[in-house]
Amino acid sequence: MTPPMQKRVVFRSWVLPLALLAPQVAVTLIFFIWPSYQALESSLFLEDAFGFSRNFVGMDNFTRLFNDDGYLRSFWTTLVFGLSVTVLSMSMALALAVAANRVIRRATLYRTFLIWPYAVAPALAGVLWFFMMNPSLGIVAYWLEAFFGYDWNHYINGNQALLMVIVAAAWKQISYNFLFFLAGLQSIPKSMIEAAAIDGATPVKRFWTIVFPLLSPTTFFLLVVNLVYAFFDTFAIIHATTNGGPADATSILVYRVYNTGFVGQDYGSSAAQSVVLMAIVIGMTVVQFRFVERKVQY
Amino acid sequence: MTFRIFATASAISALAVSAAVAQDRIEVQFWHAMGGQLGERTEAFASDFNALQNTYEIVPVYQGNYTETMTAAIAAFRAGEQPHIVQVFEVGTATMMAAEENGAIYPVYQLMEDAGLDFDESSYLPAVISYYSDTDGNMLSLPFNSSTPVLWYNATLLDENGLGVPGTWDEVWAAAEVLRDAGVPAPVGFGWQSWTQIENYAAWHDIPMATMENGFAGTTTEFAFNSPEIVNHIQSIADAGQDGLFVYGGRRGDSRGMFVSGETAMWINSSAYYGGFVNDITDFEFSQAPLPLDAAVADAPQNSIIGGATLWVLTGHESEEYQGVAEFMAFLSTAEQQAAWAGATGYVPITTEAYELMGEQGFFDENPGTDTAIEQLSLNQPTPNSRGLRFGNFVQIRDIINEELEAVWSGDKTAQEAMDEAVERGNELLRRFEATNS
Repeated sequence: MTPPMQKRVVFRSWVLPLALLAPQVAVTLIFFIWPSYQALESSLFLEDAFGFSRNFVGMDNFTRLFNDDGYLRSFWTTLVFGLSVTVLSMSMALALAVAANRVIRRATLYRTFLIWPYAVAPALAGVLWFFMMNPSLGIVAYWLEAFFGYDWNHYINGNQALLMVIVAAAWKQISYNFLFFLAGLQSIPKSMIEAAAIDGATPVKRFWTIVFPLLSPTTFFLLVVNLVYAFFDTFAIIHATTNGGPADATSILVYRVYNTGFVGQDYGSSAAQSVVLMAIVIGMTVVQFRFVERKVQY
Repeated sequence: MTFRIFATASAISALAVSAAVAQDRIEVQFWHAMGGQLGERTEAFASDFNALQNTYEIVPVYQGNYTETMTAAIAAFRAGEQPHIVQVFEVGTATMMAAEENGAIYPVYQLMEDAGLDFDESSYLPAVISYYSDTDGNMLSLPFNSSTPVLWYNATLLDENGLGVPGTWDEVWAAAEVLRDAGVPAPVGFGWQSWTQIENYAAWHDIPMATMENGFAGTTTEFAFNSPEIVNHIQSIADAGQDGLFVYGGRRGDSRGMFVSGETAMWINSSAYYGGFVNDITDFEFSQAPLPLDAAVADAPQNSIIGGATLWVLTGHESEEYQGVAEFMAFLSTAEQQAAWAGATGYVPITTEAYELMGEQGFFDENPGTDTAIEQLSLNQPTPNSRGLRFGNFVQIRDIINEELEAVWSGDKTAQEAMDEAVERGNELLRRFEATNS
């Protein structure tokens, strides 16, 4: 299919378009390209904290990283964490959006309440869950003990700690996903669903054959956003609650970058870790847009 | 109502006046890491000093916890925006000393000399001097808040169960069994685990934590804390955890709440929790006792090592500003200020004069147990094993120790496996520090 004839607007000189582009280019250069270059450069050096000595070490920072079992474990932790947060928050949000879309009375009220957690800062969300699940003070830990006889102590148990930060991170993101899913649901033509209903399709069948495929652009968009969120923006939650522990059970890659660079003042290794993260993001974006997007019906 | 308006108006004008005064003064930036009650006391030092004279204005700025404060100061230094004074915790000492060799630090003994102020290093406690001096015995930073771990105990719970204050680890576990059977949920606990259970355990029993005099003799030091004594100690705590005698409550001071709520009856952590405990604990009697002795390892305790922080002076400012820094530091070191600070917080009075003054004032008699920390620190002349620690990258190494210990408490690793691993990982960071600072 050839595109229809387009009306093309051409600027008379190069000056105006360049001037219009300049701010965006400047922002990109200063805030993205320059720091990325600096990270790339530092990753090849070994440097003391105050910046007096700087020795070129080549790929040494990288080889050290990949010989470090702890760093390799962080990859696995990040994967488990990222996928769990994404799946959990998206499925919960979708369920809530479908439910909220059917509500007729007080719809705005429900929606407002569901959107509310998004206003909570990530660090606060973490601390909130941290208090509720605190083994000695927390209400959730108390219930688990009282009703199920389950001994909750995320100070010792790494799996429990990981579960806690997953729940906190997912909870925080549900509202955001909910908003987009709700908007997506409302844009699906009622007539299609009604037609299917007349043909005798059950609500479940209608959801999986009509609603879910039509939502796929939203789902795809949210998948990207959520993975990026889980990989990078959840730093504050972990920083405020577990500090990557116990042992290194919740030490995701981005937390490790911070810990090595800011706590340990090992800038070379920290920069090498950011370069690895940068490569992962680039890879993830390429995969998503090349392979996943093809299956999406717009 | 009119009174309130009047009060507000006068408060505003008072502010305006003090701001005008402040403009004429020479400003000295003081970055510290003291939050809560300790922060109020720290800021009081600055405001008292500011009220005493009108040439200098000390501006205290709270920069978060110890790690954050140190990181902020280093980042500021790299950007040329460093404060005059920064409070750095004891584990950052090696990093700061390396910076001193590169000229980023104005050594305190030098500063005092240049300012023409009297600075008698021998008036400080030996345990304090030995930790913070260079190889020539010159003090590089000013000790500010120094503490040492002690055994905090819930006297009410011990009394009710007919228990005395334990002096050895065997007695600790025996008492813990009685308490557990009496329904105490977490008889034994501790915080800052690397500091209390490895670093001080080693010093207290006069065994090395690392070679080369725990790093004092050079950066080629290697860790040795996977020795049988320390491994046995860690394993015995893990075993006690299985029996419900010990409950791990998190890193740093996270487990403080368990002692305050009465869940934990014996808690090993800094003596500096004193000030907060006096405010927060109302429904039981508490006190402090010396660290328990492991009778299988030593017949008598050596001495414990200090924790806490010192004030480092960063270079790159005007000499008249450094005069203000020096005078502020002289003010901080006076016996009256030290005694008031130690009495309110539980930190150790760092000069012998201040210690004696507190004794004369009757503080130790009125508050039994409050001299535990200083007694522990000055119990014996420090040996190479108990003088202190000087490891590069120690902040990260402490995190490694935290991680490995947590793997022991959860039962994932034996004490031997974890300590071997911690030593290996720690040594790697020591070598890395050696490579950056040689």
